[in-house]
Parts: sequence; structure tokens; C-alpha cells
Amino acid sequence: MDPTFKIHGLSAFYGAKEVLKGININILPNSVTAIIGPSGCGKSTFIRSLNRINDLILNFHTAGKVFYHNQDIYAKDVDVFDLRRRIGMVFQKPNPFPKSIYDNIAYGLRIHDFTTREMIDEIVQKSLKKAALWDEVKDSLKQNALTLSGGQQQRLCIARTLAIEPEVILFDEPCSALDPISTAKIEELIHQLKQNYTIIIVTHNMQQAARVSDYAGFFLLGELIEFDKTEVIFKAPKDKRTEDYITGRFG
Amino acid sequence: MLLKRKFILKTKEILIERLLFFCSLLSVVTTLGIILVLLFETLDFFKEVPVWQFLTDTQWTPLFVNKHFGILPLLCGTFLTTLIAISVAIPVGLASAVYLSEYASLKIRNIVKPLMEILAAVPTVVYGYFALLFVTPLLRKIIPDLSGFNSLSSGIVMGIMIIPLISSLSEDAMRAVPMGLREGAYAVGSNRLQVALRIVLPAALSGIIAASILAISRAIGETMIVAIAAGQQPRLTLNPLVPIQTITAYIVQISLGDTPHGTLEYRTIFACGMSLFIMTFILNIFSFKLKRRFQEIYE
Amino acid sequence: MNNPALSKINSSFVRKSGVNRRLDSGFRILGIASTAFGLVVLLVLIIDIFLDGADRIKWDFFVSFPSRKPELAGILSAWVGTVWIMVLTALIALPLGIGAGIYLEEYARKNYLTNFIEINIANLAGVPSVIYGLLGLGLFVRYFNLDRSVLAGGLTLALLILPVIILSTREALRAIPSSIREASYALGATKWQTVQHQLFPAALGNIMTGVILAMSRAAGETAPLITIGALTYIAFLPQSPVAFSGGFPFIHFSLQGLFDPFTVLPIQIFNWVSRPQKGFFADAAAGIIVLLGLTLIMNAIAILLRHHYQKKVRW
Repeated sequence: MDPTFKIHGLSAFYGAKEVLKGININILPNSVTAIIGPSGCGKSTFIRSLNRINDLILNFHTAGKVFYHNQDIYAKDVDVFDLRRRIGMVFQKPNPFPKSIYDNIAYGLRIHDFTTREMIDEIVQKSLKKAALWDEVKDSLKQNALTLSGGQQQRLCIARTLAIEPEVILFDEPCSALDPISTAKIEELIHQLKQNYTIIIVTHNMQQAARVSDYAGFFLLGELIEFDKTEVIFKAPKDKRTEDYITGRFG
Repeated sequence: MLLKRKFILKTKEILIERLLFFCSLLSVVTTLGIILVLLFETLDFFKEVPVWQFLTDTQWTPLFVNKHFGILPLLCGTFLTTLIAISVAIPVGLASAVYLSEYASLKIRNIVKPLMEILAAVPTVVYGYFALLFVTPLLRKIIPDLSGFNSLSSGIVMGIMIIPLISSLSEDAMRAVPMGLREGAYAVGSNRLQVALRIVLPAALSGIIAASILAISRAIGETMIVAIAAGQQPRLTLNPLVPIQTITAYIVQISLGDTPHGTLEYRTIFACGMSLFIMTFILNIFSFKLKRRFQEIYE
Repeated sequence: MNNPALSKINSSFVRKSGVNRRLDSGFRILGIASTAFGLVVLLVLIIDIFLDGADRIKWDFFVSFPSRKPELAGILSAWVGTVWIMVLTALIALPLGIGAGIYLEEYARKNYLTNFIEINIANLAGVPSVIYGLLGLGLFVRYFNLDRSVLAGGLTLALLILPVIILSTREALRAIPSSIREASYALGATKWQTVQHQLFPAALGNIMTGVILAMSRAAGETAPLITIGALTYIAFLPQSPVAFSGGFPFIHFSLQGLFDPFTVLPIQIFNWVSRPQKGFFADAAAGIIVLLGLTLIMNAIAILLRHHYQKKVRW
């Protein structure tokens, strides 16, 4: 199987500070890859480098190569806006737009030139169903999205991402601001989405990583210490540092 | 001994607090002073000129033998110059705010913003000179019918003067929009313009409107540019090419002459000032409330 | 997944020249042009004024009174008046404005009165300057009988810039993290001790920035001073506060100058612009060079000061 991402020696810097040091990973399609590690290890920076959302941060730059279907996404002629459409992202804190539920999802479609009402209606409904939110909001699509609960907002953000049919979805600690019930719903969702999407999830919650992922990578101080099948990482890690982290022996 | 020291310390604290409170009360006294001074003379004015005549008469000729006291021509002049000014300042100021907030690098922003401040700091008498002796002659090459005094060039120059106000306040409002919203929009593949127009602008709208209203209020009250370059002919017209007079310019005109204290002519400037104060007061309060509502959402 | 419209845009993410992309880069150009527009005008204005007035900038121009002959006219009474007015305005507005700012930010409780004061100050900051002139005319010139004196002018401008000073004082204090206050109170300091020893010194740089900007505004104000009746043609100076003379004790102090009539630079400029004779336009332009120089220097100092303090202090 051709990997979706081939990452070669990716380093990342905020100004002069190196936060990622020569990361090498291949990400396989239709799998869930979890990125784990203590806070400040660079896992968020890593995932945010994959759709170049970190370009928004001043003084941020990268070295190395990130191949997405054999195209280096940091190459000069890459259209980052189109790239981001194909690599969706769900953030740590739910960030629905201050618009109606319907418009939140329709937004992505409209900016990509979907204009017919019927088509948008259909995709909005489909996306909300896929995000397991439809039953809760189908009677209040015109309501402002900010009135939803945190867990609902996060599922709305997932629906928003699904609507434009990306191939990859990046989850940056999607449950860190949510209660356990909402977390369970999102995890269930990720499990289902795996059928159609390639998923990368950053989490500080090891149980979560063990529950949802097929592959796991352990980051420490900007380096990738170990990358393997999730059960290997959790049951038989090769590196002492991974083992220490998994067993909770440090930070 | 210690007790006495404590007592002194406490008394000092109380005295200082009283003193500082008095300082802040002074601002209320100032407003009160403005209202009373204007009201006092305006009431005297209305003893001689009925309010309805002041509001409906279409001529303003207090210095002629045949006196008319209709504020409409002055109001019209103020409206005209303000309209021209904001049609320059709002589009240019907003485009510049969007650029500075969503496109420009930090480096460019750090250089441009202080320069814009200088634009706002230029004394208005300088802009008046510029409008009269540079912009009007320049426009005359394109529009030969343009009078030497007109509302067009004063309006344009006034607009340029308030660009920084709109640009800087709108940019502040846009930058107060949480980064998370932008990230969400970029993550679904928006380009900068789409993020700016569809996400940031609507989210910052009340702040931007507050800035625009403040700019309108500023244009209504602007004095020296129009006193120098717009003329001294109160008339009911929307033609930007002919001399007109604004409320503020009239106040300057009378102040320059030697109209004796206590005469009807003297009181006209207070009646004019009252009208000006009421208009700007309403706009200022409206702008303040909007801005506060905006801040409550995002801060 | 198999939406035809989507598969079309799914094809490639290498840069395309779609309408959206063109609008995006088109707007960048529009934004740059809009931002540059005002700055270009400023440049044109400065060049224009230099071309018109640079010839008149000579020593004589600074030491001559205005005259009926354009080539003999100078700004002596105008710049001396401006110095008088600015010193006076600063002396009145600074303590009051900073004091009010400290009260509102550090002492005031959130209640109706302080809320009212806050709205009131926001409104005052937006009241047209010519209205302050009417206030000065009614209150200082007429009611207090100060006539068209330096004192009446200084008081009027002090009220005018008061809101600006209050607002910048408050902003400067607000920028200080509450941990500083807590640390001071934890040592048993009183409120005033905290303000005096911790907050005020920490905020001073930013307060000064606001004060200088306010003063630069006062230096350029024309309308309120015209309204209180400041004269446009003055061929004498207010009596100097310090005089040296032959008699004992050789140096004399007097505040009599406060009650003398005055003119200021912007009014002198306005007077020259309003003259029909073309010759005075050069005098106006030369006066503007001086006034603009003063304003720009003050603004530059304010910007540098702010820059300096932003760099030095990082909370």
C-alpha cells in the first residue's frame, strides 16, 4: 500500500528554536495514527505542519520534506489553500464560526464554489449524520453554533471538515476540552471514519491512543523516539524511554 | 506612636483617594459645563428665533439685513463634506485594515502603523492649506467647473485625515477575533481573502461599525479644513463643486469677526454648537456602546 | 465521496489560477495600495509645503512679528504664544488627567457612577474641538472674565486633552499585570503606596507616550483658540515670566503674562492662508514647516518611547 504521507527528516523551528528534529514517518491510508508524548514534545507542531496551518504563525519555518502522495507539500508551487482542503483538521478547542449550524458546514462548500442550494442542503445533512450530530440538531439548523455544548461543537467541527471531503483528517487533541461522554462519542466517530479517511490524532491521553489507533508514534523533546503498531508500542516497546512513558514512570 | 503613624497613613490614603476622585469627577463637570454654556445661550437664542424656524427655514443669513436663521443650509454643508470624507475613508481604511490584519507580516505592520499615526497627527490647519492650495488646483485640471472653495477637495482631504482612525480601530477589532476561528477557516481550505471577508469581518463587525461611526462623528466636527477650503456660503445643495459652509466653519467665521457679546449673532454660534454637540454626542455614545458590546464578546 | 464537483477539485493541489486565487492576490494589491495611499499623500503634502515655504525659513522669520508685507512677516508672536499655551496646558492637564486615570483604573469600584464617568470620558474624547472653544468662550472668557488671555487658552486646551491623557493613563496601568499589585499588597503596602512605588513608575513610559501625543495635538489645535477669540494679528509678546533688569534683585518673576492676549502658530498659519494676497501663502507654508516639524518630532519621540518601553519591559 502506498503511504499517504512520507515524511523525511522534518524539522520545525519557531524563530531559532528547534521544536522538531528530523522526523521520519510513513502514514498509511485508512489507518489511525496516534501521536503521543509529554506536553512540549512537539506533537502538536508535528501535526500542524502536515496541513501547513502553522504557516500562520510568525517566524515558523520547517526543513526536510513532507510528501503527500509523492508531492512535497512545502515545495514552492504548492497551493496551500487547496492542500488544506484535502487535509482536514479538527482542533484542540472547538472553534465553530459564530454563524448558524447550517452555515458552519456550508461555509467550506461555498468557498469552494458550491452554489446550488440543493447540493449544499444535501451535503450539510450527510456530514451532520456522519458526525453523529444530525439527530440532535436537525430541528435547529438555523441556530447559532455557539449555543451548542462543547462536545456538540466539536462534532460540528468534524462535520464541517467532512463536508469538503478531505482524504486525511488531523485531530489535534480533539477531546482535551471535553467531558468523558463527549470524548467517548468522538472516539467512536474516529473509529467509524477510519473506513474512508486517513486519520492522525495527537493525544496526551494514552488510553485514548490505545483505544483508537492502529499505529502510534512516541515523541520526546522534538524527536520521534519510536513508531510502530499500537499494540507493539503499548505492549512491547523497544525503547526504554517509551516504556517509561507508557508505564507512567515519567512526566 | 505607632498608632499615630497609622492614623496619619490612613488619613493620607483617604485624602489622596478623595483628590483623585475629584480629578475624575472633573470630566463630568466638563460635560456639564459644555451643556450648560451651550444651553444658556441657545435658550436666549430661541427666545428671539422660534425653534421651528431654526429647523425648517432654508436660508442662513444672520449677517445680512434680511436675517434668516435656518440651520438646514449649514447642516447640508456638514452632511455633504462628511459624506465625501467617509466615502474616501471607509473603503480605503477598511481595505488597509484587512491588509494589515490578515495579509501583512509583523515587520510591515510595525513600520506602517506608526506612519499612519503621523497621518492622523498632522494639524488640521495643515490639511486645510493642502486642500485649498494643492488638491483644489489639482482637481481643477480634471474638473474645470470646480470653484476655488468647494466641498469636494475639503471632503477628500478630510477623508484622508480619518483613514488612520478607521484603519487602526478596525484592525484592532479584527485582531481581537480569536485565532481559532481563522485556523478553522484555513483548515477547510479558505484563502486569506475568504477568511478576511467571510469570517473575520463579520465577527469584528460591531467593532468596525463603532470605528466608522466615530469617524463620521469626527468628520462632522472637523473645523479647520472646511473653514479654509470649503467656503463661507451656506447653501442647500448637494453639488460638491461649489462653495458651501458647514456648521463648524460658521462658528469660526463669527469668532473671527468682532460680533459683540450678547447679540443675536453672537448667540447663533452657540445654537450651532448645540446642534453639533447633539449630533456628535449621539454618534459617540452609539459607537461606545457598540465597541463595548464587541469587547464583551471577545475579551 | 463520489461527488462529481468535488472530484474535480480533488484532482491536484498544485497551484491553479482559479477566480478565488486571483481575487485573493488582487486584494493583496488593493490592500497595499490603500495602506500606501495615505502615506503617499502625506509625502506629497510634505513636499508641496517645502516647495512653497522653504525659502521663507530664515532667522528673520523666527524673530519678526507678523506684518502687512508678506516678505517681512514672521512667527515670533506665534511661536512664543504656542510655547506659553503648551506649557500652561501641560501644567493643568497632566496632574488632573493622570490623577483621574489612576482613580478610575485603580480605585474606582464598578458601579453606576464610575460607569457613567467612563461613558462620559469616551464621549468627551469625541466632542469636536470647536465645542471646547465655545465652552472656553462661555466659561473662561466670559464667566470668569479671563478675556482672550493665555490663561483662558491654556485652560480650554487642557480640558480638550484631558480625556486623551485619562485614557492613556488607564491603558498604561491596565497593561501592568495584577501580580505586581498582589505582590505589593502582600507586603502590606497601602493602595497609594502601591500606586506610588510600583504602578506609576511601571506605567510612566506608556503614560508619557500618551501625554506627548496629547501635547502634539494641543500644539496643532486651531479652532478652539479661534473660538475663544485668540487674535489673528498680534505684534507683541505676553509679558515674560522671568525678566532681568538693572535693579535689585536683578531677576524678576511675574505671572502677568498669563493675562495677556496671544496668538499661536496654527492661528497665524490660518490667518495667512485666509489672506487674498498670494505672498502670504509662502509665509503660511513656512509656518507649516515649523508646526509640522514640531508635531513630527513629538510623534517620533512618542513612538520611540513606546518602542523602548515595549522592548525593555516584558511581563
